[in-house]
Amino acid sequence: MRRIVWLLLAAPLLTAQDKPRLVPDVSQRQIDIVYSFTGAELLLFGAILYPGGRVPERDADIAVVVKGPAEGLVVREKRKIAGVWLNAESARFRSAPAFYAVAASKPLDRLVDARTAAIYEIGVDNLQLSPASGETPEAQRRFERGLVDLKRRSGLYREEPGAVEISEGVLYRARIAIPARVPTGSYTAETFLIRDGRVLAGATKRIVIDKSGFERFTAAAAQSHAFLYGLAAVAVSLLLGWAGGAVARRR
Amino acid sequence: MDLYLPIAGLSVNALVIVALGLGVGVLSGMFGVGGGFLTTPLLIFYGIPPAVAVASSATQITGASVSGVMAHMQRGGVDVKMGWVLVAGGAVGSVAGGYAFAALQASGQIDTVVAVLYVVLLGSIGLLMAKEALGAVLAVRRGTAPSAPERRHHPLVAVLPFRWRFNRSGLYISPLAPFLLGLGTGVLTVLLGVGGGFVLVPAMIYGLRMSTRTVVGTSLFQILFVTAATTMVHALTTQAVDIVLAVLLLIGSVTGAQLGAGFAMRIKPEYLRLALAFMVLTVALRMLLGLTWRPAELYSVQPL
Repeated sequence: MRRIVWLLLAAPLLTAQDKPRLVPDVSQRQIDIVYSFTGAELLLFGAILYPGGRVPERDADIAVVVKGPAEGLVVREKRKIAGVWLNAESARFRSAPAFYAVAASKPLDRLVDARTAAIYEIGVDNLQLSPASGETPEAQRRFERGLVDLKRRSGLYREEPGAVEISEGVLYRARIAIPARVPTGSYTAETFLIRDGRVLAGATKRIVIDKSGFERFTAAAAQSHAFLYGLAAVAVSLLLGWAGGAVARRR
Repeated sequence: MDLYLPIAGLSVNALVIVALGLGVGVLSGMFGVGGGFLTTPLLIFYGIPPAVAVASSATQITGASVSGVMAHMQRGGVDVKMGWVLVAGGAVGSVAGGYAFAALQASGQIDTVVAVLYVVLLGSIGLLMAKEALGAVLAVRRGTAPSAPERRHHPLVAVLPFRWRFNRSGLYISPLAPFLLGLGTGVLTVLLGVGGGFVLVPAMIYGLRMSTRTVVGTSLFQILFVTAATTMVHALTTQAVDIVLAVLLLIGSVTGAQLGAGFAMRIKPEYLRLALAFMVLTVALRMLLGLTWRPAELYSVQPL
């Protein structure tokens, strides 16, 4: 009874919206990294709710952005000095996402204009990396390109235009591959509903990627009990070496 | 067979790593070297982060030298007094090396320094070994016995004060000489992930003029303890010791070492030394090319 009352009270709020709404979900809210982890595939899906349930004639587009935790980092550039390639100049960035993937129902340049892309960080060239060292804009762009290119080739930054399927104009689904070298942490999956280069609606889901079981235990021990972990490593090494020798002497 | 390395943070083919350990183990059994100078570059080449490769390779060398030390101990081939002096130097060196590693990592020059050290050390020792082995091979061919080197230590060793007697090695020299030698190899172990046998053995033979009977055993004794200390230094500072990676390498190398020891029996020692010299020079040359050729990656990223 009470539930119905609440629904009745809430109904005007839901129907009064003249803007469409997104109801997103992900196939896994928690990705566990265990010994056999070689990457994962994340399925991001959901529904587009139009006010009054009327699907407009012209289809809207969907872009899905999965972002890893932001980290500060130094990018170094090698240069030939006195015949040897050395790390010469460097640039700092305060907030480069550890992982970034975007999937969309259309090529990105036909989806949004440059300004919108920059605001919502749609596309690997539109990330807000927050440069922290005072380089000239050209140098900054050079380092940004270097960083993005490196991350792209290691599979940590990816763009997958056309990877979002929209059925009947209301249901969408996208697959994003998570590589084996993925950093752990708290990820966000943002979904944007886009029409005529404008973002009509957006919604966010959280995904946690963490080591689990033995892998988690080992990584945690190496960090919080560094001394004991070191002793254990030495002990295991001594034991294996000794056992190997003992087996060989038996024969 | 894919396996996730918890510290390196990536998935590797376990069989490839075991095979790598096996290959290095065969070589170490054949030549009596730890093989760290091959393991570390190969691991980095495979995609393991350099810090993890260096640290875990040191851990692996500890295990790889255990059976050697025990065998030499039984034969009386370890000068324990000399060994402890070397270990004391090595412990100080590995702590100093830990600071150097952190400072070089912060300034972004660690890869260059590591590569230059490899080129200089492997290049010079490879050339010395090649020259010596080639001379021995030619002497055997001609039928003349190689002239035994006269046993007097280097003048720099002779001027050091406070002489101690090292009976097993037949030496009466200042402990400062082996202490400094140990210190140098300790720094190398932390920076390069090598045991340092390829530096220690020639230095003990040509610098300290130790009796050859105790050289290999004593150097293994030093390597065992100093790589263990290095594992601790890396565990406490860079936190880059990957226990899973070290175990995989050990499974291979412990098996390989036995195979290699068997091969070594069937090959003439001077040819063995020539082959080792050739291999050491190849690694040095590869590193030199890496320094001077335009690298595949101009940019590198390091977390703050």
